[in-house]
Amino acid sequence: MDTRFPGFADPVLDAQATFRAVLEAMSRPGRVQRIAPPPEAPPGLSPAAAAVLLTLVDAATPLRLTAGPEAEAWVRFHCGCPLLRDGAAFVLDPAARLLDLDPGTDEEPERGATLILEVASLQESPGWRLTGPGIRDAHDLRVEGAPAGFVAEWSASRARFPRGVDVILCAGARIAALPRSVAIEDG
Amino acid sequence: MYVATKGGERAIGAAHAWLAEERRGDTSLPEIEVAQVEQQLGLAVDRVMAEGSCHDRGLAALAVKQARGDLIEAAFLLRAYRTTLPRFGASAPLDTGAMHIRRRISATYKDLPGGQVLGPTFDYTHRLLDFRLAAAGMTPETAPEAEPDGTATPRVTELLAQEGLMQREAPSEVEPGDLTREPLSFPADRPVRLQALARGDEGFLLGLGYSTQRGYGNAHPFVGEIRVGDVAVCLTPPELGFEIEIGDIGVTECQMVNQFHGSRTEPPQFTRGYGLVFGHGERKAMAMALVDRALRAEEMGEEATAPAQQAEFVLYHCDNVEATGFVEHLKLPHYVDFQSELENVRAMRASAETAREAAE
Amino acid sequence: MTAPESGYNFAYLDESTKRMIRRAILKGVAIPGHQVPFGSREMPLPYGWGTGGIQVTASILGPADVLKVIDQGADDTTNAVSIRAFFRRVAGVATTERTAEATVIQTRHRIPERPLTENQILVYQVPMPEPLFRLEARVAETRRMHALADYGLMHVRLYEDVARHGRIATSYNYPVMVNGRYLMSPSPIPAFDNPKMHRMPALQLFGAGREKRIYAVPPWTEVRSLDFDDHPFRPIRAPQSCALCGSQESYLDEVLTDDRGGRIFVCSDTDWCAERQAAREAAE
Repeated sequence: MDTRFPGFADPVLDAQATFRAVLEAMSRPGRVQRIAPPPEAPPGLSPAAAAVLLTLVDAATPLRLTAGPEAEAWVRFHCGCPLLRDGAAFVLDPAARLLDLDPGTDEEPERGATLILEVASLQESPGWRLTGPGIRDAHDLRVEGAPAGFVAEWSASRARFPRGVDVILCAGARIAALPRSVAIEDG
Repeated sequence: MYVATKGGERAIGAAHAWLAEERRGDTSLPEIEVAQVEQQLGLAVDRVMAEGSCHDRGLAALAVKQARGDLIEAAFLLRAYRTTLPRFGASAPLDTGAMHIRRRISATYKDLPGGQVLGPTFDYTHRLLDFRLAAAGMTPETAPEAEPDGTATPRVTELLAQEGLMQREAPSEVEPGDLTREPLSFPADRPVRLQALARGDEGFLLGLGYSTQRGYGNAHPFVGEIRVGDVAVCLTPPELGFEIEIGDIGVTECQMVNQFHGSRTEPPQFTRGYGLVFGHGERKAMAMALVDRALRAEEMGEEATAPAQQAEFVLYHCDNVEATGFVEHLKLPHYVDFQSELENVRAMRASAETAREAAE
Repeated sequence: MTAPESGYNFAYLDESTKRMIRRAILKGVAIPGHQVPFGSREMPLPYGWGTGGIQVTASILGPADVLKVIDQGADDTTNAVSIRAFFRRVAGVATTERTAEATVIQTRHRIPERPLTENQILVYQVPMPEPLFRLEARVAETRRMHALADYGLMHVRLYEDVARHGRIATSYNYPVMVNGRYLMSPSPIPAFDNPKMHRMPALQLFGAGREKRIYAVPPWTEVRSLDFDDHPFRPIRAPQSCALCGSQESYLDEVLTDDRGGRIFVCSDTDWCAERQAAREAAE
């Protein structure tokens, strides 16, 4: 389970900086944040996704990962998290469907999974129109490379609120987030 | 002209300097050494280890000294230190059956394998102030020693269980919860309950345990056994793959035997209340065993109406570090809230007055 | 930034604790107003004295942050001084008493008078996160009520106030509905501050250490104080003006000046008051 790819250059401060980017993204859905400095990621992971994993995932959080053997070895070494398919707290698998992931319960909605979704690009320009908590009026977010049918599935997932799945979108060193509370219109 | 109070930082500095002076007391007297506290105030050290949930006599003694003998403050110091320590692993369950015994008594049998061993106890001392202790310099007479008779000292509850008279605890392969990592949630299973009680405040548990004896809860307890002594702590390091002994710790274990009437499917059996604490702490271990049994009411199909049987009530309030913090936070400034209450009450009084005048 | 205390990690907490708290914060933000249980640690300050706020602050704080700590609106109250000194010691971060300069503000019992911006995070110290606890002490039961959004009890209680006193008699820790879904305790801020929570540009995070709960209100989120059509919510403040800066809008502390009924009123927010005094002096 050894890996030749490093983790954060400064594990404490880089994790803090990445967390603040994720927090900002989650607090202001559709606003694009940059991970700085991005870690050197193993094949199969964007620098943003790698940084998010290093920041949030550890032995206490099972991860569902399909990003190839090098990414798996890297994650095992640097995060020490159990890798499994069902009931994972964090999911990084392009085949994962929102409605199949653990949405938590009405009493414990915080148990709902976090989906880390690799996309081709993220831009604060017309594409999706986001409304909801964290957004003053509406935010435009242009996402290239989201799974087909994502917006329709999102609406179905959101109808379960407070149960649901939260999404962190990653493209290169950029991230944006979709907390379960946000509404997406394909515009 | 009014000037707002300033200088909080200076005031805090001065207060803490004064505290240090008070801690030292009269400097014409020798300063108490941590080793003296550890040796001569051993039961204070034990209580601090138990409620601080950290078995380290030296650190507990230091905490007692630093806290000027305030044992809850000392437990708090020890806890705040222990949270910063890395964890190397989880030990195997302690085998208290293999305890190196200093004291062992049973109230349910006159004699039994291993015998009754009084050990160093306050029991049967006459509580007369011993003025010889006021004059320092007295060395106690050497206590007489007997040869160990070499027989094993099986646990009383185990002897009962062999006969089918004591309900055996169901073995579990589930990893026990860890209150220092995960918040309490309900229903809380027994490992979590016992963990909370083992860290719990001795006085709180004593009062609750006492209440079960006085009819608040249906308790018929017998002390099956109290044993005090040292047990080995064993650990399997992953890199070795086999179990090694890493040291001994002192503990007190109490097993209370309680009646249970049985049911259609189960013949009548005794049931267990269990207490285990770090160090020599019989009062705490006994109170814990009473409360543990009371908290099993639901599992036993008993009516749960007494305070000691309410898991939420007991577990949320037994921790003295939490309780102290919240009770004592009332001395922090609250004048913003108080001001809003003042204005509210003034406004309500004014409208009541207006209504009264209008009625006249 | 000065060198942090040696022997401890940056901002005191170890990295695995920070990760656990950060995950709880993110879920809190994603479910506005919902209390997320977390593995609150024993801190070197007593429970009830801000351990929840301190753990949240320690988990978000970085070397680029500028920290402000207030208690009762003031930077100079002893507990605020103590917490600020703690973070200087363990994180070496820059601190300030100026609301405008702060990126992270930890508070007990007040929201600053100066409107907060998108570049700020407000961290509340929360003694009792459960808004229903006086009506239902059992945590398992209140959790069920939140799951069902069953808040009838709270409306009944407020209505009983109206029946008995002719008005809603709650003047602080006044319950709010967040994003139309969760009933939430705003922490014991005066009801006067409640309207500031509504659609606030800054992120609001709440930490309850002893009760082991974290919750959040994202920026621009709807926060409504509970009320009735015929008894609308009324923020309360002393009707006087500040004896130091003359403010007629700020929340005031009452200060007794003698034992014959002498009293004056001064701003609870010391930075706000100082800024107004300085502006007045500059104008003169």
